[in-house]
Amino acid sequence: MILAADPLFKNGVDGEVVLIVIGKTLVVFALLLVLVLLYIWFMRKVIADMQNRIGPATAGPFGVLQTLADGIKLFFKEQSIPDQADSFVFKLAPYLSALPAFLAFAIVPIGGEVSIAGHQTYLQLADPEIGVLLLLAMSGIGLYGVMLAGWSSGSKYPLLGSVRASAQLISYEAAFSLAIVGVLLWSGTLSTRGIVNGQAWTGWDSFATQWYWAPASIAFVIFIIAAIAETNHPPFDLVEAEQELVGGFHTEYTGIRFGIFFLAEFMNLITMSAIAVTLFLGGPSGPSLGFLPASGTVNAWIMPCFWFFLKLVILLYGTVWIRASLPRLRYDQLMDLGWKWLIELAFLWAMVTGIIIIAKQQDWDLLLVVPAAALGALAVLGFLRLCMPKPGEFMDEVY
Amino acid sequence: MGKFSGFGITLKQVFKKPVTTRYPKEKRPKPERFHGRHVLNRYEDGMEKCIGCELCAGVCPARCIYVRGADNPPDAPVSPGERYGFVYEINYLRCIHCDLCVEACPTEAITETKLFEFSFAHRADAIYTKNELLVDDEGHAKRQPWELWLGGEDDETSAWMRATSPSGAAAYEGRIVWSSELGVGYRQPEQGQRRKKAD
Repeated sequence: MILAADPLFKNGVDGEVVLIVIGKTLVVFALLLVLVLLYIWFMRKVIADMQNRIGPATAGPFGVLQTLADGIKLFFKEQSIPDQADSFVFKLAPYLSALPAFLAFAIVPIGGEVSIAGHQTYLQLADPEIGVLLLLAMSGIGLYGVMLAGWSSGSKYPLLGSVRASAQLISYEAAFSLAIVGVLLWSGTLSTRGIVNGQAWTGWDSFATQWYWAPASIAFVIFIIAAIAETNHPPFDLVEAEQELVGGFHTEYTGIRFGIFFLAEFMNLITMSAIAVTLFLGGPSGPSLGFLPASGTVNAWIMPCFWFFLKLVILLYGTVWIRASLPRLRYDQLMDLGWKWLIELAFLWAMVTGIIIIAKQQDWDLLLVVPAAALGALAVLGFLRLCMPKPGEFMDEVY
Repeated sequence: MGKFSGFGITLKQVFKKPVTTRYPKEKRPKPERFHGRHVLNRYEDGMEKCIGCELCAGVCPARCIYVRGADNPPDAPVSPGERYGFVYEINYLRCIHCDLCVEACPTEAITETKLFEFSFAHRADAIYTKNELLVDDEGHAKRQPWELWLGGEDDETSAWMRATSPSGAAAYEGRIVWSSELGVGYRQPEQGQRRKKAD
């Protein structure tokens, strides 16, 4: 049962519980849409700051409604479907890419355990036991939107764009999943609620001792890089490099269908950042206000949400900063980074983590085991790199 | 870490002032000798400076100026001299704002302002007649409905005249050799335009 872990379902499912679930769904959906609106505004403002400009400033206070205005404009634009297009799939593809982005956000714990109308429930839409696997599945399914959009356009350049996009997504999916393994080994559970509980706030030192970013530091870096590549964000946005290409898989799209692709892209980015917060930065865990009752509204509802969104905003600022700073990678550099570095590193990191965990359980001497494991990993990495063809060297046996 | 020095560069910019000017709310100062749209000036007693000599029309490389002079009516003279500009038209679809008309004018009647923000809805609007060009009774340019400028932006109407020493002779530098203007009086000579002898 996907939702079973939530205490909401302990006493069976009645009308009230269903209403609460529907309410939570609507809130999460609206939240994600508003987050996208705010993120795009935030991104444009921060990049403008970094380029000595002002950015959007006219629509609403500080231009915060600019994205809304753009969205409304897109709704009223003409939508064209190419003659050669498979029109059903063509219309379906944007939703196929937006839906998984939303579904993946459903497993993100936004806050702690609260009570709504007498029912105890988690402040997250769903807490499936397969938690993180659902995320991987969804980012895999999101690929269909991209692939089908390119294919159904009936035009060769979108098809090429979608092939490139899907190759990129698949390449980084491996490093992405292996980076997650680095956390799962420590947490011992796939459920996001379980992972967050494992990083509970016990004092100011839990920033370094409880949260998984420290024991899984390399995995954290790999996760961030792979997540940015998965979401097609700069510096990995060569699929839709606006300055160089007309567009990628969405070249033939117009109007709000085009907008939905971007909505999905930004939703994915926010979801990935939220997952990074959940896996590595403790999710909603953080100090609560000690002078207020622990089960009061402020400490049960607001403080966990505050910490979650604070961490989310910090990570999102990082993505914007990367976007403003780094030049776009070439396709071969992208593939090099993914296949030759990130996958190996993530894999070896997971192995070393496993060894350390075993050593802790067996009471082995950590001072001996950790350097030995690291050296072994480095030896394996060096051997793998030696086996790789050098630039310009062809693998003759293939041809 | 050369690859990552970009992060420092972008972060440094956050603390600098943005260079954006929020046009049209804010406007940058225009260059000293900006060539904008023309005005026809008047003397302090309200008389028009234009004497209808047509030198401006003759020198105009774009042939956008049309002038017809006429004898001043003896009982109600328009200009101090014998003749005055009876018709004066500039076609702004042709004008290239080269300022040659201003240089040719013997009485400093026509000068260029720093106003340039005018876009017409009709071709006929592009032809400014005396009605539009002549300064009003306070000596200000008349703002047409399609022109986007605010009061005060028309103050500098004859910068070229004042920035150059009369006759091009250094001995005259800083001396007032031009006539007074309605609403302004004698404009002060502009300083700091000297060039070194070597060039």
